[in-house]
Amino acid sequence: MNAQTLSVMALWAATTLYSIAMLAYAVRFSRMAEVQGATKRQSLVTAGAPTSPESGTVASQPQPPAPDRALGIARATMLVGALFHMLGVGARAVEAGHVPWSTMYEYTITGSLVTVLVFLGVQARRDIAYLGAGVSGLAAVSLGLALSVLYAASTGLPPALQSFWLIIHVSIAIIATGVFAVAFIATIAQLIRDRYESVSPRPEGRLARGAHSLPPAAALEALAFRLNAVGFVLWTFTVMAGAVWAEHVWGRYWGWDPKEVWSFVIWVIFAAYLHARTTQGWGGRRSAYLALVGFVALIMNFTVVNYVFQGLHTYAGP
Amino acid sequence: MAREKRISVDNYAVAAVPRLGWSGWARWFWRQVTSMRVALILLLMLALAAIPGSVLPQWPQDAAATRAFIEGNEFWGPVLDVSGFLDVFGSPWFTAIYLLLFASLIGCIIPRTGAHYRALRAPVSPAPRSLARYAERRTLSVPDAQAAMDAAAAMLRPEPRWWGAVTGYRVRVDHRQGGDGPELALTADKGHVREIGNLLFHVSLVGILMAVAMGSVLMHRGQAIIVEGRSFTNAVVAYDSFEAGALFDPASLSPFTLTFDSLDSRFDTDGRPRSFQANVTLTEPGLAPWSTDIQVNRPLQVDGGKIYLQGNGYAPDFTVRDSDGNIAFAGPVPFLPQDSFYTSDGVVKIPDVTSGPQLGIKATLLPTAIMDIDGPRSVHPDPANPVIFFSVYTGDLGLDRGIPQNVYILDESEMNPVHDAAGDVAIVAIALGDTVDLPDGLGTVTWETLPRFVALDLRADPSLPWLLVFSILSLLGLGLSLFGSRRRLWLVAPAASGTTVVTGAAYAPLYDETLGTRLHQVLDAVATKEQA
Repeated sequence: MNAQTLSVMALWAATTLYSIAMLAYAVRFSRMAEVQGATKRQSLVTAGAPTSPESGTVASQPQPPAPDRALGIARATMLVGALFHMLGVGARAVEAGHVPWSTMYEYTITGSLVTVLVFLGVQARRDIAYLGAGVSGLAAVSLGLALSVLYAASTGLPPALQSFWLIIHVSIAIIATGVFAVAFIATIAQLIRDRYESVSPRPEGRLARGAHSLPPAAALEALAFRLNAVGFVLWTFTVMAGAVWAEHVWGRYWGWDPKEVWSFVIWVIFAAYLHARTTQGWGGRRSAYLALVGFVALIMNFTVVNYVFQGLHTYAGP
Repeated sequence: MAREKRISVDNYAVAAVPRLGWSGWARWFWRQVTSMRVALILLLMLALAAIPGSVLPQWPQDAAATRAFIEGNEFWGPVLDVSGFLDVFGSPWFTAIYLLLFASLIGCIIPRTGAHYRALRAPVSPAPRSLARYAERRTLSVPDAQAAMDAAAAMLRPEPRWWGAVTGYRVRVDHRQGGDGPELALTADKGHVREIGNLLFHVSLVGILMAVAMGSVLMHRGQAIIVEGRSFTNAVVAYDSFEAGALFDPASLSPFTLTFDSLDSRFDTDGRPRSFQANVTLTEPGLAPWSTDIQVNRPLQVDGGKIYLQGNGYAPDFTVRDSDGNIAFAGPVPFLPQDSFYTSDGVVKIPDVTSGPQLGIKATLLPTAIMDIDGPRSVHPDPANPVIFFSVYTGDLGLDRGIPQNVYILDESEMNPVHDAAGDVAIVAIALGDTVDLPDGLGTVTWETLPRFVALDLRADPSLPWLLVFSILSLLGLGLSLFGSRRRLWLVAPAASGTTVVTGAAYAPLYDETLGTRLHQVLDAVATKEQA
């Protein structure tokens, strides 16, 4: 078995495992909703019992029995999937003989790997299992698309890419994309929860109970902001490193090439998001929408700009 | 009063308000521009305004495509052109947005710098009366309240380094009258580094804009095509195209000479480029000539700029003899590559014929020619089987009209193609080294050699170091402003001797995950100190 076959097989295995992980996370999420629904009904019975005024804002409600089996399956498949994913990306690098991010296919497999790793990294520090379904689903879809639509055999690097800036500029862009992707999932969770919180009385039904099992919208906003802030700094660095490289290879640091235009647009949207968070009347939901728009622009920059517009970045294209 | 105006406050009440004079309106306008809400709207407008620049063809990026777009869209072409949509980033509306944005930015950071300077010098505000409303709260039993406070203060006070005053906690301890008698209250506060980073970031953005502006008036760039074996001397007239900022001094060009010796190009078997290296000899004034090379990712640093390898191609060398047998033309002619297999088009203009009309040749070079059902085509950029197909035109080349001509385009307004016996435009094939007769007995063409040419770009922009410095500073400022922590920590204990309970609380924005850990650390340190 050569590196090429190994890479493709490992990546398909990762896609399958991520799909299973997504299902398991989804099952766990809906079970959580059931359990919480049950405890809620229970707590209604015990309502009226004196509560200590000292408990204050510290949430000290009894932990519901978590649907551990689904979570265990989800975590295990996600982790093993990530290992296969790493193997697949690594084998591709060996096959190509250069860093695995010079074409759309390579960018997608590496970018989705970073997304998963960012999720696992944050997960190691705090429980964000509620984002698991979104992240593993996103990873499965993008890997599947990469393998079935974008796949291109390795053909070596054209002269313009033979630079150590390929390692710096593109790797940071990929990491930024991965971080923004997890932030995107967190923002969606925030908006779901925000909608749930804004309705009074609290809605019933399966979806509402799912939203109930999410952390408060303010906590999700804080998580999304933290990730978006990291992503923004990385994106700023990507644009700057790109400018330095462009000066080096094309003789100008900025030339409003379509890719540059869209990188600029993305940067400005996330800058607007950061400003909106601290602007009266724009916090919470409105700034969350801006973050979503920013991520959509990021995906546009990677897909539409590559396929539709002619520019100097076309070697990244299909 | 004349300076007052009555406005309705709601449906029932009217109030007299002072009339806004000229300065009043200016102040109102300035306040609007510098408000966060307007900055936000301007940012969104900037993002939106940039998008047409990627969708529509743009003059500075691709003049030919833009011209074709205007010609192809009879109504929308000129409309979009006039309204600046075909040069978005030089259009008045785009400029207006970013200048307003920078005005807003400057109007925002100047007062903030002052306010922050005062805040840095102002004393830390005392601990709140009650810590009960803070989520992050713990208590600790200590034998001596004063010693506990001293231990905590010693731990939290910044290390005596120059940046400690900025990045560390600022601490104060008060003896005060609390709700339950006298108490000791400690406040530790940090977060200045965030604001400083924020200011640094925004100031650096202004710096970047100024560096860009400086670059645009001082820069110069020129393009030149050099055929193998030929030289180029750095002077404005020697460039095929040259542009410079308003304050550029043409006399400042260093008169170096660059000779293009050879091109090493490698393609893989499918014709994809693998490497290009132009071997050149550089002669700078007062220095001995030295051989060096220019590669795609390795521009050549010369006095006053960098020389980039931007393109390459073939420049077949022809000798054309006219019908009288005299040499009418001799030399290499750069052919512009049209595809990845270097199928290249070129034009030979031959005004100096002994008798008869002027001659023009439109030619296509196939470096590795093959013949298949679609006719001849090139299958590889390397010259494995170079063949040129050409047709001959006669008439007036139009070179004497005083209008600069594109050397790659034959002006056919006064020229007619020569036809063959069947009435079609006569197409002649020639292989390297061959001599063929021109149709209609117009003479002969000899294809002598196939040298390469390179397209070189010389660019100089004295603002680049400034741009780099401000970019790094802005990145640093951004990191500080987003990741610097902003925390407040309080410890309150009754000021009684003997064992007492210290209450600690901390507050930070919601995303600060390690706040509780920090409070723990402080109380642990106090506990350890007390036991010792």
